[in-house]
Amino acid sequence: MNKTISLAALAAIFACGTAAAQQINVKVGVLTDMSSLYADVTGPGSVTAAKMAAADFMKDHPNVKVEVVGGDHQNKADVGTNIANQWYDVDKVDIIIDVPNSGVALAISEVSRQKNKVFVGSGPASSDLTGAKCSPNTVHWTYDTWMLANGTGKAIVKTGGDTWFFLTSDYAFGHALERDTAAVVEANGGKVLGKVRHPINTNDFSSFLLQAQASKAKVIGLANAGGDTINSIKQAAEFGIVKGGQSLAGLLVFASDINALGLQAAQGLIFTETWYWDQNDNNRAWTKRWMAERKTTDKVPTMNQAGVYAGTLHYLKAVAALKSAADGKAVVAEMKKEPTDDPLFGKGTIRADGRKIHPAYLFEVKKPSESKYFGDFYKVRATIPADQAFRPLKDGGCPLVSG
Amino acid sequence: MFEICLPVILGGKCIPSTALFGQLLIGLINGSFYALLSLGLAVIFGMLNIINFSHGAQYMMGAFAAYLLLQFSGMNYWVALIVAPILVGVTGVLIERLLLQWLYKLDHLYGLLLTFGLALIIEGVARHYFGSAGLPYTVPESLQGGRNLGFMFLPNYRAWVIVASATVCFATWFVIERTRLGAYLRAATENPALVRAFGINVPRMITLTYGFGVALAAFAGVMAAPIYNVSPQMGSELIIVVFAVVVIGGMGSILGAILTGFGLGVVEGLTKVFFPEASNTVIFVIMAIVLLVRPAGLFGRRA
Repeated sequence: MNKTISLAALAAIFACGTAAAQQINVKVGVLTDMSSLYADVTGPGSVTAAKMAAADFMKDHPNVKVEVVGGDHQNKADVGTNIANQWYDVDKVDIIIDVPNSGVALAISEVSRQKNKVFVGSGPASSDLTGAKCSPNTVHWTYDTWMLANGTGKAIVKTGGDTWFFLTSDYAFGHALERDTAAVVEANGGKVLGKVRHPINTNDFSSFLLQAQASKAKVIGLANAGGDTINSIKQAAEFGIVKGGQSLAGLLVFASDINALGLQAAQGLIFTETWYWDQNDNNRAWTKRWMAERKTTDKVPTMNQAGVYAGTLHYLKAVAALKSAADGKAVVAEMKKEPTDDPLFGKGTIRADGRKIHPAYLFEVKKPSESKYFGDFYKVRATIPADQAFRPLKDGGCPLVSG
Repeated sequence: MFEICLPVILGGKCIPSTALFGQLLIGLINGSFYALLSLGLAVIFGMLNIINFSHGAQYMMGAFAAYLLLQFSGMNYWVALIVAPILVGVTGVLIERLLLQWLYKLDHLYGLLLTFGLALIIEGVARHYFGSAGLPYTVPESLQGGRNLGFMFLPNYRAWVIVASATVCFATWFVIERTRLGAYLRAATENPALVRAFGINVPRMITLTYGFGVALAAFAGVMAAPIYNVSPQMGSELIIVVFAVVVIGGMGSILGAILTGFGLGVVEGLTKVFFPEASNTVIFVIMAIVLLVRPAGLFGRRA
């Protein structure tokens, strides 16, 4: 101990008080789903993304030492909370990032506020994170339910899809997505003809699809996620839903889902995302690196994984500017003060309620004949500008905004 | 065309009769998967007294085998339908020879724990190599499209599913209940020592029975690949329901497993129309009622 102190004293003398030589240690915890439903959407690929951000940042800032750890919350709020407590109290983790599954994310947001650390959500969907449940220690990066509903719902109604039938996953997330989308559809002059709520992890959707078919609605909205969405789309193709003139609207779809479906089954599907690997040279170059790190040739990164990279990078910039990661609230305030600028999401901002603002894109899945190489999945149907993509600040009911 | 309604006490929801026919048919098709899987379980339990908890993982292995055969050797669906069950069946034979055969004299619980552990390992390995999102597998060219039956659009592939699984179920039942080979099998479960005294190699017969039960699961897996998401967790989602089917039908009853499989498919299908939120639980409600009224199951014999 004595030795350490004297060494530190010696170091301080040599440093002569110059700030540049001050070493800052930061520990980033990627809390995610490593082994289940969302492991491909986030999971180990998110840890890789965070490590890439750390490596890139340390290259330009040799005085900052970043360490990245990963954890599996198993989609259980109690497991996630335990890991977060352990990380914050014992392992000296400064920030938790990613956290797919809205239920777990809301719990982690609360823990981070209590311990005055930082939570950057890339995986979760619930817009409550920057609404009623917003926190001065939380930033919500990639997407949210309001943005998905608004992007997909509005675009489809405006192009003539004015009657809807919902296939809704029967839990909080599905209900929220259905509610938000129905509101957008009706506000734009469309009509909801019916809905059916299915239990989570349903294998066979044919019965529900027949009901949707019988409703004669022009659009079937899929307010579900993961395996449920994949099964709905696969079986809708089989039952000739799209050939029969109805179209499918995926309300939460990731590149990994399209990969699992194959273009034959997924073609023509319309949905909203905020990032696509093949959209520009920066994204392509990053994807190449990501695939090399992951040692994969048959997977492409999702928007959530891109969000983990960008979120980590912006967080590290704020820490470097403050020269300390100790005060989580101050770091988040700094993150909000400085405009964001990273290779993947470009220039953007973080709003007072913690909402990261960037454009969203309406994508359509290509036909197999249009796809030229592996991962050539989407074409852009429309760009939703940053100032229209997310819920207006005043509508969220976030206490940080009202004062 | 007339309408069929539920009593008001159950919600009073009405649907046109034609739509109901469609839903009944869909239920029957889903029932074919339950029937195939519960049949395999019943065969294994009947002959080996092992509760095969890795059945779901072996169903998943069937679907993955079909994908890998297509990917790496260009083998199409029809060939895979024969080859994949054989390959997975061989792994079943190995499991029986290396592990299960030591457990017959012990409590049921040991076989259950062993196979459950195996299921977790198989799933974990699949997830490690293939990820969790799933793998694409399309409906074979010759079965694409469908026909309009007037009351519903029936995809050709679904029609094939029902025909194929009914055939396989019937053939299995026939072999076990109506042939000399089946008689040996049944005798060997009742009194293995006596059957051995007649010069029949009972251990080998039991090994092959397990292999066959596993192959049935893999066969269901290949059938499922074009229409369900081919992912590591596909089996564990289904297997719990299938266990309930076996319990309702009566453990070890071949005919019971088949009829209950189809029947519960229909019940579940109707629930999806009238009360969709309960469609994953209705089978367990029925299971609870059956266990109260007939603890040995609908077709089971009292021990």
